[in-house]
Amino acid sequence: MLILQNIRAVDPGANLDKVCDIVIEGCRIVKIAEAKTQNDSNAEVIDGTGLVAFPGLIDMHCHLREPGLEYKEDIESGTKSARAGGFTGVACMPNTKPVVDNSAIVRAITSRAKEVGSVKVYPIGAISKGLQGQELAEMGDMQEAGIVAVSDDGRPVSSSSLMKKAMMYAAQFNLPVISHCEDLDLVDDGYMNEGYTATVLGLRGNPWASETNMVSRELILAEYLNVPVHIAHVSAKLSVELIREAKARGVQVTCETCPHYFTLTEEAVGNYDTNAKVNPPLRAKEDLEAIIAGLQDGTIDCIATDHAPHHVDEKRVEFAQAANGLVGFETAFGLSYTYLVETGKLTLSQLVEKMSLNPGLILGVGTRLAEGECADITVVDLNQEYTVEVAKFLSKSKNSPYDGWKLKGRVVHTIVDGRI
Amino acid sequence: MSSLTSKHLLGLRDVPAEEIQLILDTAKEMRKILDSDNKKASHLQGKSVVTLFYENSTRTRLSFEMASKYLGATAANISASASSVTKGETLIDTGRTIEQMGTDVIVMRHSMSGAPHLLSQYVNCSVVNAGDGMNEHPTQALLDMLTILNHKGTLKGLKVAITGDILHSRVARSNIWGLRKMGAEVVVSSPSTLLPANIEQTGVRLAKDVTEAVQGADVVMGLRLQLERQKKALFPTGREYSKYFGVGPEVLSHAAKDCIVLHPGPVNRGLELTTSVIDADNSVINEQVHSGVAVRMAVLHLLTSK
Repeated sequence: MLILQNIRAVDPGANLDKVCDIVIEGCRIVKIAEAKTQNDSNAEVIDGTGLVAFPGLIDMHCHLREPGLEYKEDIESGTKSARAGGFTGVACMPNTKPVVDNSAIVRAITSRAKEVGSVKVYPIGAISKGLQGQELAEMGDMQEAGIVAVSDDGRPVSSSSLMKKAMMYAAQFNLPVISHCEDLDLVDDGYMNEGYTATVLGLRGNPWASETNMVSRELILAEYLNVPVHIAHVSAKLSVELIREAKARGVQVTCETCPHYFTLTEEAVGNYDTNAKVNPPLRAKEDLEAIIAGLQDGTIDCIATDHAPHHVDEKRVEFAQAANGLVGFETAFGLSYTYLVETGKLTLSQLVEKMSLNPGLILGVGTRLAEGECADITVVDLNQEYTVEVAKFLSKSKNSPYDGWKLKGRVVHTIVDGRI
Repeated sequence: MSSLTSKHLLGLRDVPAEEIQLILDTAKEMRKILDSDNKKASHLQGKSVVTLFYENSTRTRLSFEMASKYLGATAANISASASSVTKGETLIDTGRTIEQMGTDVIVMRHSMSGAPHLLSQYVNCSVVNAGDGMNEHPTQALLDMLTILNHKGTLKGLKVAITGDILHSRVARSNIWGLRKMGAEVVVSSPSTLLPANIEQTGVRLAKDVTEAVQGADVVMGLRLQLERQKKALFPTGREYSKYFGVGPEVLSHAAKDCIVLHPGPVNRGLELTTSVIDADNSVINEQVHSGVAVRMAVLHLLTSK
C-alpha cells in the first residue's frame, strides 16, 4: 500500500482540485479521502504537503529510436528519461530501423517495453509502408498488436490522395491520424525559419507557409471526409488560426505543440547552435505568441515533447548537415510550468489537460485521479527552482538547447501502476 | 588600436569598426610591400598557413597563398576533393589534423554557412573564413573597401549600390556589415526571388529597381549570378536577367559622375555587367584582385602577431 498524504490533487478529467490523501493498492487507486485521515503502519507514506499530484503525464509524440538506432536512444534509456520528466506513458513514432509498418515490429516494441521500460510505451504505426508515402501500411493488424495511432512523422505524406485514403481507412479502425505537416516543395531544402535570422546567418530558409499549406490540406480533407485528424508540432501563427477557424466550423481536428515553440524563437540558433535545429524550425516572436494564444483558448489541445535524441556526432557538424531535433522529456514539464503557468498564461489545471487528459483522450489511453482507476500519477513540487543540467539527463543523447536554464516546478515522483 | 580582439576572422558582422579600420590601415602598408621590387618581408617568418578549401577558387586561394609567402610564412594547400574528407572525415577531425602539423592559421572555404565558426570552436589555431556558404566572405569585403578607399579616400557617407543575387551571396552580406559599420549608405537591388527575407533589417535600403539603386551611387557593385539558379526557376532566362537586373551603360549613367564599378569575380560577361562596363576606365575589378593580396597580408599579419 502507498499513501500520498495531504497532497493537492489536480485532475481536470475528474473535476478535482483539492488537498486530500490518495491511497494506492497494487496498481490501482483505492481511495481518495479527506486530507490527513489515512494512515497505515504497513503502508509506504509520502508526505505530500506542498506537493501536487496529477494523473500521469502522457507524451503523444516522441522518438525512442529502438529498434535500429540504439546509438541515439533505446526503450530502456528513453523511458527512464521520460519517467524522470514525469511521464507515465509515451507514444513513440514509427521512424525506426526498420520502420514500424507491420505488427511484428509493433510486438517487438511492446514486448521490449514490458521487459525494460520504466513507463508505458504506446507505439504509433506508419501510415505508409516504409514511410514511403506510396501504399497504406497494415493499420488494422498493427492496431491489434498495440498501436494507438498512425503517422509518417518526420516525413510528410506528400500525396494528397494517399492522405485522403489514410484518413478514411484509419477512421474505420478509430485510429487517430497524426500528420507531420510540411509541403516539401515549399521547404525547398530549407532548414531554418525563413526570416531575418536566416538572412543574417546565410542559412536556407524554410518558410512557415510550408507547414501551414499542409495544415490547410489536412483541415480540408478532414472536413470533406468528416473524419478526425491530429496535427503534430504546430509552430506557425497561421496554422493556429486555420485550426481555430476549422474547430469553430466543427471540423474534427486536434493538435499539439511542443515546449520549444513557446519558449524559443529562431534567434536561439545564435551562432549556428545545432541544438536549436529542429523541424519544424523555431519561428519568429509573433508565431510564439500565437502558439501561446492557441494554448490559452483551447485551439491547441496538447503539449508533446517531440523528444528526438541524436548522437553528438550528428550535431557537432556543419549546421546544414546537422540532424533535426532535441531531447525533450526532462525539460517539458518545467518549461511548460515556468513559461505558461508561472506567467499566468494557463492555469495549472489547463496545463494538466494539455499534458495528460487531452493526449490520453486522443490516443484512448490515460487515467484519472479517482477510486478504481489505474495508479499512474505524477507528483511535482511547484515551488522548487532548479537549473537544467543537460549532462545529467538520463537520455542517451544530450541535444538540448536548454542547458543552464533556470526553471520552476520539478517532478519529484512518477508513479506507474502504483509503483514509485 | 593595434591588434584584433578575436584570434579568428569569421565574419565582419562580429568585427567592430575600429578593427576594420586597423585591417584597412595595415593593408595600405602591406600594399607598399606588394608594390615594391623586393616582395619579401618577414612578418610571418616562422609561421605556417594552410588553406583548406571545400569549394573551388582561383583568386581567393591563390591570393592567400601569395600573401603568406610574401610575408615569409610556410604555406600549404589542401583541397577537400583530394583529402580524407572524401573518406568521410568530419570537418573537426580534418581541422585538428591540420593543426597538429604546426599550423598557425587555417584559411578555410566551405559550401555550408557556419562551417568555419564550428571549426574555430575545436582548434587552438586561428581560423580565417575565406567564404562559407551564403554567410560571409570577410576578406572579400575588406578588399572591396580597400579598393574603394583608394579612389574615394573615405567610406563614410558614400553611397554604394549592390546589385544581383543577394540571397546566395556571402560577398553581399560581408559588404553590408562592413560598409554599414564604416558609415557608408548601402542600397540593394535584386530580383525578388534572389532577395533574402527581411534584408532591410540589416540597415540597407531596398531599391525598387536597378536604376533607382544606382541613382547617384559613388560605387556600384555587381554580384556573380550562378547560372544554376535558373534551373531552380529563380529567374526566367539570362537574357531577361541582364535586361532588367544587369548593369549596362544606360543604367550606369544614373550613377555619380565619378562612380567606380566593382565585381568580386569571376564575372559572367553580359549577364550581371555588360562587357563595356567591365572594361571601362572606371571599372576597378582588376585592382580588386591586387587589393585582395594586401588585405590578406594584413589579416594574416594581425592574427599571428597577437
